[in-house]
Amino acid sequence: MAQSDQEILEGLAEIVNEETGVDAADVQLDKSFTEDLDIDSLSMMTIVVNAEEKFGVRIPDDDVKNLSTVGDAVKYIKDAQA
Amino acid sequence: MSADKRVVITGLGATTPVGGTAPQTWDALLAGKSGAKPLPQEWLDRYELPVTFAASLDQDPSEVLAKVEVRRMDPFSQYAMIAAREAWADAGTPDIEPERLLAAIGTGIGGVHTLLAQYDVLKEKGPRRIYPLTVPMLMPNAASGVVSLEFKARAGAHTAVSACASGAESMGMAANMIREGRADMAIAGGTEAAIHPLPIGGFAAAHALSKRNDDPQGASRPWAVDRDGFLLGEGAGVMVLESYEHAKARGAKIYAEFASVGMTADAYHITAGDPEGETQARAMNEAIESAGLTPSDIVHVNAHATSTPVGDIAEITSIKRAFGDAIDGVALTGTKSMTGHLLGAAGAIEAIFLAQTLHERVIPRTINVSEVDPEIADMDLVIDEHRKLPDGDLAAMSNAFGFGGHNIAVVLKSV
Repeated sequence: MAQSDQEILEGLAEIVNEETGVDAADVQLDKSFTEDLDIDSLSMMTIVVNAEEKFGVRIPDDDVKNLSTVGDAVKYIKDAQA
Repeated sequence: MSADKRVVITGLGATTPVGGTAPQTWDALLAGKSGAKPLPQEWLDRYELPVTFAASLDQDPSEVLAKVEVRRMDPFSQYAMIAAREAWADAGTPDIEPERLLAAIGTGIGGVHTLLAQYDVLKEKGPRRIYPLTVPMLMPNAASGVVSLEFKARAGAHTAVSACASGAESMGMAANMIREGRADMAIAGGTEAAIHPLPIGGFAAAHALSKRNDDPQGASRPWAVDRDGFLLGEGAGVMVLESYEHAKARGAKIYAEFASVGMTADAYHITAGDPEGETQARAMNEAIESAGLTPSDIVHVNAHATSTPVGDIAEITSIKRAFGDAIDGVALTGTKSMTGHLLGAAGAIEAIFLAQTLHERVIPRTINVSEVDPEIADMDLVIDEHRKLPDGDLAAMSNAFGFGGHNIAVVLKSV
């Protein structure tokens, strides 16, 4: 069930919006979760839990800290789906 | 504590089964409206609940909160936030140093919806799917935490947990802390969101709920001879409390003076009250004396009056004991006949009703009392129509009692 980058980005933007209230249009590939979108570590975990469910992947805690930008997350999810 | 330091009420907020705001709720009380509604059909289909109704909120919180707030707060915190925002706006959105503002929001149970929903997630999907905000959502101090955060209240954030006395106890503690000089203002109240098959089943198993399934709006009937238990409600009530000097200095509107609170414990039985009424009476007498009054100064009591066969009689016994001969001058009402029993929010909304009663000079009536229990027929019950109050200085009381043996009596004075 591999999805395109664009589909993953849109799905992720929807999760970020639901969990944090950040406008989905602001969730762009080059944005940093902490620096640009002001998402704290606990909120990041809520995004991860929802992303695992939505995209059918597993994102171990040790990998979460390497996902600094939205683009990192999209790539991680795409690779995990492959 | 400076006993002569006056504390006044300068803002009111509520979301209840009969109205989405404090003024809407008050208008509904004067209209004699019941908040009882059928339970969701899904619950009735899935469980054979012995009680098929409850007093759920009049206004859906998602109509007034941001989507992300609904997602990240348990309903009991959502209700507190709605009421706190209303109360703070009603107080004029005051400027105050964060270190001089405190929050005190009590609850009986806390985040029971979150707890049970996440337990379902654990069972159905495993621990990996548990929502990371589960603990900060379900903890009983979550409501005072989010209110403190919203208004930058840094003098303290407190949570009385004393079952159905929680809201009144939180307000009383906050007023006392202002008297102690720990803060100039407080956002204080109670909140509860426990309409769920488990608490309903639990209260029903304890034979505490009315089973009048053929007439939900008539179910809550304090003092009626055929009362059979309480109507479970939900919601929140929050008031802004303030030292009199602070309120005067900023020209605030004042609803009433929060004169005193009396607090005692039964140490008798985990759910039943002391049949002699000594401990409840002592809470009332302590409140009256702390206010610098005598029982004959109290013109009205908004009674705890939950509509249970035993509890209503026990409270009347206590009131008679507390007031003695002065009982003839006391008009009683039971607003739970309309709102249902909001558990940890009950004492909070009823203290708000008391402030509105003194401010508007009218006592809302108790609905559904078609025939008064002969054991209490000698009391002055406001049941047929509202009772106007005279001009001049008045004092009145509200009672809140909780499982665990908690007795709270609050005395307010007109201003």
